[in-house]
Amino acid sequence: MSDAVKFIQGNVVCAEAAVYAGVGMFAGYPITPSTEIAEHMSVRLPQVGGKFLQMEDEISSLCAVIGASLTGHKTMTATSGPGFSLMQEALGYAVMTEIPCVIVDVMRGGPSTGLPTHVGQGDVMQARYGTHGDHAIIAVTASNHADIFRMTVEAFNFAETYRTPVILLLDEVIGHLREKIRIPEPGEIPLVGRLRTAVEHGVDYHPYLPREDGRLPMSDFGDVHRYNVTGLYHDMWGFPTEKPEVVYGLIRHLVDKIDHNSEKMTRFRKYHTKDAETLFISYGAAARSALHLVENRRKRGERIGLLELNTLWPFPADIVREACRDMNFVLVVEMNMGQITREVKLAVEDPRKVYLANRVDGELITPMDIQNIVRLIQGRGV
Amino acid sequence: MPARDYIRERFFPHMWCPGCGHGIVLNALLRAVEALGLDKKNFVMVSGIGCSARISGYVDFHSMHTLHGRALAFATGIKISKPELNVIVPMGDGDAMAIGGNHFIHAARRNIEMTAIVMNNRIYGMTGGQFSPLSGYGTMGTTAPYGNIDHGFNTVDLASSAGATFVARTTTYHARELADFIGQAISHPGFSVLEVLSQCPTQFGRRNKAGDAPEMLESYRTGTARIDSKKKRENPDLIERGIFVQKELPEYCREYERIISKARGE
Ligand SMILES: Cc1ncc(C[n+]2csc(CCOP(=O)(O)OP(=O)(O)O)c2C)c(N)n1
Ligand code: SF4
Ligand SMILES: [Mg+2]
Repeated sequence: MSDAVKFIQGNVVCAEAAVYAGVGMFAGYPITPSTEIAEHMSVRLPQVGGKFLQMEDEISSLCAVIGASLTGHKTMTATSGPGFSLMQEALGYAVMTEIPCVIVDVMRGGPSTGLPTHVGQGDVMQARYGTHGDHAIIAVTASNHADIFRMTVEAFNFAETYRTPVILLLDEVIGHLREKIRIPEPGEIPLVGRLRTAVEHGVDYHPYLPREDGRLPMSDFGDVHRYNVTGLYHDMWGFPTEKPEVVYGLIRHLVDKIDHNSEKMTRFRKYHTKDAETLFISYGAAARSALHLVENRRKRGERIGLLELNTLWPFPADIVREACRDMNFVLVVEMNMGQITREVKLAVEDPRKVYLANRVDGELITPMDIQNIVRLIQGRGV
Repeated sequence: MPARDYIRERFFPHMWCPGCGHGIVLNALLRAVEALGLDKKNFVMVSGIGCSARISGYVDFHSMHTLHGRALAFATGIKISKPELNVIVPMGDGDAMAIGGNHFIHAARRNIEMTAIVMNNRIYGMTGGQFSPLSGYGTMGTTAPYGNIDHGFNTVDLASSAGATFVARTTTYHARELADFIGQAISHPGFSVLEVLSQCPTQFGRRNKAGDAPEMLESYRTGTARIDSKKKRENPDLIERGIFVQKELPEYCREYERIISKARGE
């Protein structure tokens, strides 16, 4: 193996990718199955001159991450369901104040303490709607090490581009899975850096005045421009306001900057979809089983394909609608009670053709599980 | 730089009620910064939510108005990333001791260099007069209509045992002492806590027959005494004012620099 080829856990891949992306600060609180990310960060960050903090809980972890980001660093935290629940208020603060950061949620079985050491994908809707109030959100995921690396870097890129928190949804299986990965060379994956204001010292800087392209150049806290940041509705100076037109302008901006650019954040992979008559839609660890089954059935000549989603939010409804158009049926494979299935049903022309293949008992859904559902749908019995 | 230059006039008039103690704290803070002769561009103020927390909008520093109780956590992220900044965290008693109590003791334990100013009006002012962890037994609040049966924390004791390396208390009556203590707290190379008894005539005073602002201020004069003073010895029940803890221990950000050197094998 060359230096760049490593045999490591998915969680460690995520941490290495964060370093590749230029993370300068990480704060977290231990929780299975995400802890290895914090552990690896505690080793790697000081090596590259960054800062690692173990905070007193997940609330303070995300708050510290947001504070550090404001000083000009790329920042990240990692947790699992219970900790992700605790982060929701601060997540909304990052949305409202437009402070970039990355939040990794390595999903386990829930609700509550649930199944700490077993897999689940039940936090998809929490990622979307967990924090209160209307907002748009970006959430991405991956099913293999190369994609964990790529999507972690993309998460940082999206966070910087859209000045927003980005959620990276991993799961227990891929977080703990060890497989080979070639660490990309520097420059191989483009990085988006912090967009800083060109406004000079002594000239009025408006921290919340979007440019024509909708992006908002930042000024590092502690740098020449002093401004106010608040979770209250605020004007272009960052001062609190209750003026209806300013409030409306801000909520529209927060939602539109993501929803209007959704195709720029849409990442997916298609496997054997060209001539497919049956389509699987899946993501994360479940997509590994779905892909395995697709490749097996292809050998028997079945025209079956997989659409693997790497971007879950904003939901790529157009891509999904297009991919499902002429299918006999569509099977969404996920380890929850149908959180993405619902989105697929909303997106397609004929929701009656959309079925769910799931497993919610803490075990990884297997190709056999999926095949059994396919047989049921086809009226062949199991 | 005159104190006036440290405020954002655009933000005034302020939102505090007439007679509110929080304005006196703001004044003392500005005078303290002026006396220290420090550049405002190196000051960050991070606050939570409450009447007290609104102070961060009025100062011409880098200012961050965050979540109820969480200001110290945000401030920790800022400070560790840019240790050269002076970080001040004004907090309400509910903000610091109830919802933010955990962050408070852990920030003290880490000894990260920043100044927590606990503006203790013994009430939740902003939400309209509910009792706080510093209200004290027997006080009245909108959620203690029959008298409070919760016992209060002693901020000074709590901060001291949690590991804060500078701990002081004064009141809004003692304005010069207040500015002096704020200055010393800012200059302290570690986690500093200053508790300021700050009157809330609107929510606490009215409900607890403590009178309006002048009477409440007068009660700070008569009801407190300097540590080890004759007045305190003669009347042990008086609340003590002064500097209770002032010591030097390794500071968190400097400790982390050592970690970086170690990790790089330097
Ligand atoms: C998570 C959360 N819970 C509750 C509140 C409501 N709230 C706002 S300020 C406040 C209490 C303020 O009291 P204190 O901290 O003593 O500050 P004061 O207004 O007295 O200065 C509360 C409970 C909130 N903003 N956020
Ligand atoms: S309610 Fe009390 S604390 Fe709030 S501004 Fe009025 S006097 Fe001050
Ligand atoms: Mg109060």
